[in-house]
Amino acid sequence: MSATTSPVLEVENLAIALPGGGDRLRAVDGVSFTVAPGEIVCVVGESGSGKSVTAFSVMGLLARVLKPVAGAIRLLGEDVLSASPQRLRALRGDRMAMIFQEPMTALNPVLTVGDQIEEVLRIHTEFGAKERRAKVLAMLEAMHLPDPERMHASYPHQLSGGQRQRVMIAAALILDPALLIADEPTTALDVTTQAQILKLIREMQARRGTGVLFITHDFGVVAEIADRVVVMQRGRIVEQGPAAQVLGNPQHSYTKMLIAAVPTMTPATRPAPKGALALETAGLGKSYRSGGLFARTRTVQAAADVALRIRRGETVGIVGESGSGKSTVARCIARLIAPSEGQIMVGDQDIARLPERRLRPLRRTIQVVFQDPFRSLNPRRTVGASIVEGPVNFGTSPAAATARARELMSLVGLDPAALARYPHQFSGGQRQRIALARALAMEPEILIADEAVSALDVSVQRQVLALLDDVQRRFDLAILFITHDLRVAAQICDRLIVMQRGRIVEEGPTAEVFARPKAAYTRALIEAAPGREFGRGVEPTAEAVPA
Amino acid sequence: MSAEPTVLAPALPSPPAISLAWRLLRNPVAVASAGVLLVMTLIGLFAPFLGTIDPTAINPAIRNRPPGFERTIRAEDGSATAFRYRMGTDSLGRDVYSRVLYGARVSLAIAVSVAALALAVGLLLGLLAGYIRPLDGPIMRLMDGLMAIPGILLAIAVVSLFRAGLPAVIAAIVVPEIPRVVRLVRSIVLSVREEPYVEAAIMAGTRLPLLMARHILPNTVAPLIVQGTFIAASAILVEAVLSFLGIGIPPEIPSWGNIMAEGRSLFRVYPHTILYPGIFLGLTVLAVNMLGDGLRDTLDPKMAGR
Repeated sequence: MSATTSPVLEVENLAIALPGGGDRLRAVDGVSFTVAPGEIVCVVGESGSGKSVTAFSVMGLLARVLKPVAGAIRLLGEDVLSASPQRLRALRGDRMAMIFQEPMTALNPVLTVGDQIEEVLRIHTEFGAKERRAKVLAMLEAMHLPDPERMHASYPHQLSGGQRQRVMIAAALILDPALLIADEPTTALDVTTQAQILKLIREMQARRGTGVLFITHDFGVVAEIADRVVVMQRGRIVEQGPAAQVLGNPQHSYTKMLIAAVPTMTPATRPAPKGALALETAGLGKSYRSGGLFARTRTVQAAADVALRIRRGETVGIVGESGSGKSTVARCIARLIAPSEGQIMVGDQDIARLPERRLRPLRRTIQVVFQDPFRSLNPRRTVGASIVEGPVNFGTSPAAATARARELMSLVGLDPAALARYPHQFSGGQRQRIALARALAMEPEILIADEAVSALDVSVQRQVLALLDDVQRRFDLAILFITHDLRVAAQICDRLIVMQRGRIVEEGPTAEVFARPKAAYTRALIEAAPGREFGRGVEPTAEAVPA
Repeated sequence: MSAEPTVLAPALPSPPAISLAWRLLRNPVAVASAGVLLVMTLIGLFAPFLGTIDPTAINPAIRNRPPGFERTIRAEDGSATAFRYRMGTDSLGRDVYSRVLYGARVSLAIAVSVAALALAVGLLLGLLAGYIRPLDGPIMRLMDGLMAIPGILLAIAVVSLFRAGLPAVIAAIVVPEIPRVVRLVRSIVLSVREEPYVEAAIMAGTRLPLLMARHILPNTVAPLIVQGTFIAASAILVEAVLSFLGIGIPPEIPSWGNIMAEGRSLFRVYPHTILYPGIFLGLTVLAVNMLGDGLRDTLDPKMAGR
């Protein structure tokens, strides 16, 4: 990537006004960067940093309330901001193309994949039906999709997430655009799939000389793919430069903080837990039956033969990709669903088959912190009401419960006066703290964290992980930590359980699993983690960064 | 602990209830509709004081007189007053004006009670079907069965089972409306029960009745209010249809429907017996529907913009 050739994309001093009532006046302000042909520029930042707004303004897809007020965006020298809607439509697809985060919603479910890719050709070219078909098939082939003929005739729901994203990339690249904008294209994908898609984007970009503007929040992905990095914070660029320089020797304090917050793949050393056994499952399984009177019954085994043990004060992680059954196991143990077979021993009681009536007194023992901080608190009730609900159910007086709730709010780092507020007045990280306070109010022995930090920005994620560690020590909690993120698992888990297709494939102390993975699947997971060598944790040594 | 106390979001916005009323007040169509309904309600309530005479008094001597016809009425104490039949008389010599005003009582009472009953029963069945899985099949199949029969036909069947009268008519209109409410509530419950906050409440050991009342029921309120207005509007119409068919309210009690039913045979010669109750009926149904639309726009979460 020579910097001397004229850039594909130039963004100069871009400023976009936010409608009134926002937390700042401008969504982005004074943003300038360029993308050269054959170069991958990663724009990284946390949520609300303005990285997606920047990408959408390049495509001319900004929501109408957002108005560019200053600056210029030039695509191959042509100003995009002043282009007419007709001209923009011609530019999109022809000169620039975009791929989105969620490939299922970006594809039309009632059209075949082939039709959707051909549509681009129909609109922008004069090719005949035969040529179009040939071109699409060649493109699908280039995307390493199996059996292009069959793919061409498939509907989106018949493909896997990774295949759909490949189709999106095929549709984006079929006209050989000079610029490809990728907005978090791998965030919704499993790590192994993510690795393949990143490799594909690299390959396509190298072969065709496409300039890529890659939006992501994940420093692992940045380390994996970026030639140059642009770091954004609150609508402004705080730092930009070649990837090796920004990642290896960050100058700005925000960049340093972000990089330091990324959990490393090196497991933390943790004292061996010696607490009493809190939970043990044996032969735990859950299967779903569908069909009925006239349809053939089909059985899906979501989890099978799961045996795990957690001690007080110990964190056991269950890692796996989507569909591995890790959440099913968590929900069975929490008894949000009834397991089909096996035992769940809490103390000396098997709760696997207890009816709700007899289960209720035991509900205190196990509490859950859910993934989505925006949906795990009832939006119509104050935070205080949510926290005291459980203790009051178990006979604590409302006054005592409220007093305890105030203590817990300070413990999780929030102002006790905020108990009277509603969930929408808090940020995602704050809500997750509240959800933790709610769980702690029940004085549980076992805490299940179901992807509890997955929806959070890295800096917030780090704080919540520290908080989890802190409350674990205070209350001698047994934590079952469900995650798809190996980095997070490496930092917080004493022992790891790796699940694939509903079964445990590997189990052992975290350090052991990372250092000497026994199962092939575990090795694949670890290898697929983006920017595997990246992330030196808290101490930024200015050593060289992997190529 | 690296979790430093975090800065909280700025001050509380106004509570949802106030801003809801405020948003509704800024919707001119909704305000006008509410005004029309208020006027209709007042008319019904104060019918005896609005210059009416006994709406059931028959006088064969003055049958089918046009609007504006005047006649001296002699009261029991012997005093005589000139009375103007503003909307004329019907084929039995009764005052159409008085009948229309008194008719507002029946029509509005039916609208309100049908909406309330249908919502109450539908809500209960919908909650049960949506949350308690074993009940889902039986309840919903029953509702499917009810929906399979055309509403008017079902209403006729219900009326014919009881002695004709207001309660029978209300029951007849309520029964066909219930399945729609049940379906609406059930679909909301089915999606809300999967929300993590409902699961969190289960983990907190909240008992089923409280769980429903606290975490599930509030989500159904807004759509139910809107549905309620549409049910009210259709109840007024169905009552009119039933009365028109001669199986509704007994003919001596005036309702907009049966006033029109009695006038229909002479409609071409004396249109006023249908025209006036028709105007009232049309205005009321339109107002209820418009109010429902206004409420729907206001309660729509996408419009609420949180």
